[in-house]
Amino acid sequence: MERLSVIIAKRLALGILTLFVISLIIFSATEMLPGDIAQTVLGQSATPDTVAAFRRELGLDQSAPTRYLNWLTGVAHGDLGMSLANRRPVSELIASRVGNTIFLSAYAAAIAVPLSLILGILSALYRNTTFDRSVNVAALAAISFPEFFVAYILVFFLAQTGYFPSMANVDANTAFGEKLYKTFLPALTLTLVVTAHMMRMTRASIINLLALPYIEMARLKGMSPLRVIVYHAVPNALAPIITVIALNLGWLIAGVVVVEVVFVYPGLGQLMVDSVSKRDLPVAQAVALLFAAAYVLLNLLADVLGMITNPGLSHPK
Amino acid sequence: MTTVLILYAALSIAAAICASWLFRRVLVRFSPGNLSEEFATAPLSACFGMLVILIYVLVAALAPLLAPYEPDHIVGGEFLPWSTMHLLGTDNLGRDMLSRLVYGARNTVSIAFLSTAIAFIAGTSLGLLAATVGGWLDQALSRFIDVIITIPGLVFSLLLLTVFGTSISILILVIAVIDSSRVFRLARAVAIDVVAMDYIEAARLRGETLWRLITREILPNATAPLVAEFGLRFCFVFLAISALSFLGVGIQPPTADWGSMVRENAALITFGDITPLLPAGCIAVLTVAVNFVVDWMLHRASGLKE
Repeated sequence: MERLSVIIAKRLALGILTLFVISLIIFSATEMLPGDIAQTVLGQSATPDTVAAFRRELGLDQSAPTRYLNWLTGVAHGDLGMSLANRRPVSELIASRVGNTIFLSAYAAAIAVPLSLILGILSALYRNTTFDRSVNVAALAAISFPEFFVAYILVFFLAQTGYFPSMANVDANTAFGEKLYKTFLPALTLTLVVTAHMMRMTRASIINLLALPYIEMARLKGMSPLRVIVYHAVPNALAPIITVIALNLGWLIAGVVVVEVVFVYPGLGQLMVDSVSKRDLPVAQAVALLFAAAYVLLNLLADVLGMITNPGLSHPK
Repeated sequence: MTTVLILYAALSIAAAICASWLFRRVLVRFSPGNLSEEFATAPLSACFGMLVILIYVLVAALAPLLAPYEPDHIVGGEFLPWSTMHLLGTDNLGRDMLSRLVYGARNTVSIAFLSTAIAFIAGTSLGLLAATVGGWLDQALSRFIDVIITIPGLVFSLLLLTVFGTSISILILVIAVIDSSRVFRLARAVAIDVVAMDYIEAARLRGETLWRLITREILPNATAPLVAEFGLRFCFVFLAISALSFLGVGIQPPTADWGSMVRENAALITFGDITPLLPAGCIAVLTVAVNFVVDWMLHRASGLKE
């Protein structure tokens, strides 16, 4: 087990390094703008005085490395700067929304992960049957559809007829049960979008394993097909499946932006989209950093879980 | 009402199957020797894909002839229902929906195509260069791209659009830069396998220049997977641009574009009018079609036979 812990420690170090480089890239995104950012944001009509004041506020009179260090220490202390649009601290804006986004993603994941595992295993079990084909066609369609198309189809069939609300207007006081009901459509949209990927990959990695000799052996012993898959194929397919799940939860992060806008859900994605049209850089930077960090952490978690569950790695020869 | 919709869906699927079958007959009949044999063995799904792509290209090219009105002229009241005057009604400002859909094929698809092309040229040339030169260049580029890929694409493009502002040329470049990182990975992976072959070693010993090595020796052997990747990449770019336009930060009004058309008319859906779903459906049908064709090409390239 010694080897395993070293591998995991290395992977953690790599993850932290990645996060650091991402923060550098996100910070330098503002540096890539040709000319003066203050002038561009304020527009041509701004007086030289306003531009100078704005530059001071952004800290543009200091050198880039100093600003990066200031920003990074600020981020580490939970100080993400001030929003340019409404002069409120970015951390305050984010704090009220981050819980909502996590809630919605977790809700979608709680439906999508078991669903895609069951569908993936079933279609591997009944591969090349009508069931398998129709599940696959549906999955391919769900992958090819834009998220907002899926969302509005659901609105058309489920909200317009009055079963579910088409707007997920929740706040801190909304009771848990009501929250589940109000966010059902956005969660279902996200579920449909990510289930397709996860289900296809689960099916593919199980089918790959089914060609191996030890599965043949298990079958020759007279085991039932379901038992072969659950006891012999799934443990070995777990590592790739976990990776796929984590990757798709990462996709969920991107999907959540569109879905939040469709259902007017007060989350981080909507905050980010608003900040684009207002050219609100501190907010966009902070939210991008959060999304990227979540993605890196999910990948890290997947790698570590993949190593722990890999039977080959925990029994070194 | 649901039964009527299911009936419509079943009818259109049947019509699509018939049309693809007919299209395959036409392709087999009117294309020269080799190509004709290829088409004869193509699955119906691939024929459907090719037919749809052909229709989209034709609509985009002939948009001024097909559209009954100018796309950005206000020709009637707001949100008019479907009628003989306006076949698909009018939008939130009173512009003809059908005309905007037709011009949308031209604007949305060509912007996505341009963006994919730039991403592809940049990604492929860097990827091939990294694989051929190797050493520190390969290491530096690959590690840099590894980090870029960990930032979710949509989030990264939103950040870059905040910095650079929203205009069509910036949109095209931002999407191209982000997607070229994905193309780079594939191009490098494909080229690494080719570079390891003996004939490349021989070419190097012959003293071939880097340019000739890449364009004449490596590229021809990497074409098949790269062409398939182009199709897939187009789908991703197309969906990304549509998503950004839908969010209101991509293609800007008054340009007729499918993503923003959904956004502008979304209110109608809650009244049970499916008109705003049409542009979204146009996006979906094209991505499905491209996917079908790519599936067939990958299947052919991998040499698998049923």
